[in-house]
Amino acid sequence: MSSLKSKIFESKHYTLLELRLTDFFITLGGLWSFAITFLKNFLFPPYEFGEIKKHMDELGVKTLPIVSVTGFIIGFVLAMQSQPVMARFGAESFLPSMVALSVTRELGPVITALIFAGRVSSGIGAELGSMRVTEQIDAMEVSAINPFKFLVVTRVLACTFILPLLTVYVDFIAILGGYVAVSLILNMNFQLYVSSLLPSLMFYDVLPGIAKTFVFGFIVGIVGSYKGYNAENGTVGVGRASTSSVVIASLLILIVDMVLVKITVTFWPI
Amino acid sequence: MRVEIKNLSKAFGEHVVLDDISLSIKEGENFVVFGRSGTGKSVLLKCIVGLLIPDTGEVNIDGENILKMSAKELNIIRKHIGFVFQSSALYDSMTVRENLEFPLIRNFDFSVKEREQKINTVLEKVDLLDAIDKMPAELSGGMKKRIGLARSIITEPQLILYDEPTTGLDPITTKEISRLIVDLQKDLNVTAIVVTHDLICAHIIADHAVVLKDGKIRYEGELSKLTSTKDEFLNDFFDREFFADKKGVNNG
Repeated sequence: MSSLKSKIFESKHYTLLELRLTDFFITLGGLWSFAITFLKNFLFPPYEFGEIKKHMDELGVKTLPIVSVTGFIIGFVLAMQSQPVMARFGAESFLPSMVALSVTRELGPVITALIFAGRVSSGIGAELGSMRVTEQIDAMEVSAINPFKFLVVTRVLACTFILPLLTVYVDFIAILGGYVAVSLILNMNFQLYVSSLLPSLMFYDVLPGIAKTFVFGFIVGIVGSYKGYNAENGTVGVGRASTSSVVIASLLILIVDMVLVKITVTFWPI
Repeated sequence: MRVEIKNLSKAFGEHVVLDDISLSIKEGENFVVFGRSGTGKSVLLKCIVGLLIPDTGEVNIDGENILKMSAKELNIIRKHIGFVFQSSALYDSMTVRENLEFPLIRNFDFSVKEREQKINTVLEKVDLLDAIDKMPAELSGGMKKRIGLARSIITEPQLILYDEPTTGLDPITTKEISRLIVDLQKDLNVTAIVVTHDLICAHIIADHAVVLKDGKIRYEGELSKLTSTKDEFLNDFFDREFFADKKGVNNG
């Protein structure tokens, strides 16, 4: 991929914008072919269940503290900020429903995915990148072990399945954060808060939000793995792989979210 | 295992690293590859094991061209090949034990007891039985090299490729590792291709030597004749190397 990039860049004088755009589309092309390789390796045995479980444990546990704090703050701030506006329209009693719907449909999944991307995609990029530059991936390959299956498939699957679980957890924590704010502002008790939000929270509000996190998890895993697996130029390359993993994963999450929201709204209108 | 390289060329962009190289390495031979840094010695090793695909040429192992093999067929051959990396390339998230048993678990059907026995045997061979539960980060450079060697011989390969196995080591450890390479060849009739700059190591192990310059073979033959050649480049290369090494031995 890097030789293709250098050939393109050498062939003409580009402006900085053109260079950045070319670079971005080359990365997208590389990601696409990497994802195809993932599918080919994922479908055929041997399956590394132990490794997948190990990565799910690590990724989930390590991300738990930061998503807990963030989830609580999202719910709390959302309720605090929305209360004056809703009071102006005499809709204060809908505050719990508003918090629950905003969190489950959009904020919970997207914020969790972005934090997960920051925490995990960079980690995968750095780890695989350093394995690449220290020849550990080559060592695996010459030992007749498929490094793609062992290192990439396991991490991508772990990300794909752990992010939805984290999102469910964040949704609960954010709703709890919303309750703390509502109880401070409106002096509402927990029973009333829950009974206010439950009737408005439908199955089709929660499900699309959770379902799209499978896609976000896949993006985080595949981008981090792609950047790390193809890292070059020593420690500089490792740093670059780590940083660009976060940037590209976050950007792709937001772009894909936009598409998925449109699909969701079309099939399950509010 | 016999290795035959025919008209091998490899370039990175405009830079030709290997230019029409042909070599023949007999079974059970210790074959040493010399050359200045950047002359394509490591690239040659990586082409032999299929980590790099040459632009032209053939790499035949026991008469089979590995460049025409499927990934599955290549992996069958690779199970009989060991590779000692210059950087050791130990898996740094695994202990020494896990590093050693990793290829055994995935490629062979050994019982836990058999695996344990094999691990102990190779660690005894490299004299590092105490390091069994250590992480690579806790090991010195020389210890890492020896564990890297242990990992490559644990599967009892028939061909071992050494990429500068003694670089950066003191003369005593250099001699120990070199003797280990000779012992392996004697005990298991292993074919070894050793890329090195180190004349102490080469003198101990070499049956046959080749010198690369600018991607081409400058000399091929016995090591003893190399030091008495009238070729200016070879004299320059070996005088300096030899002087440095002798000095290292005396100081050591």
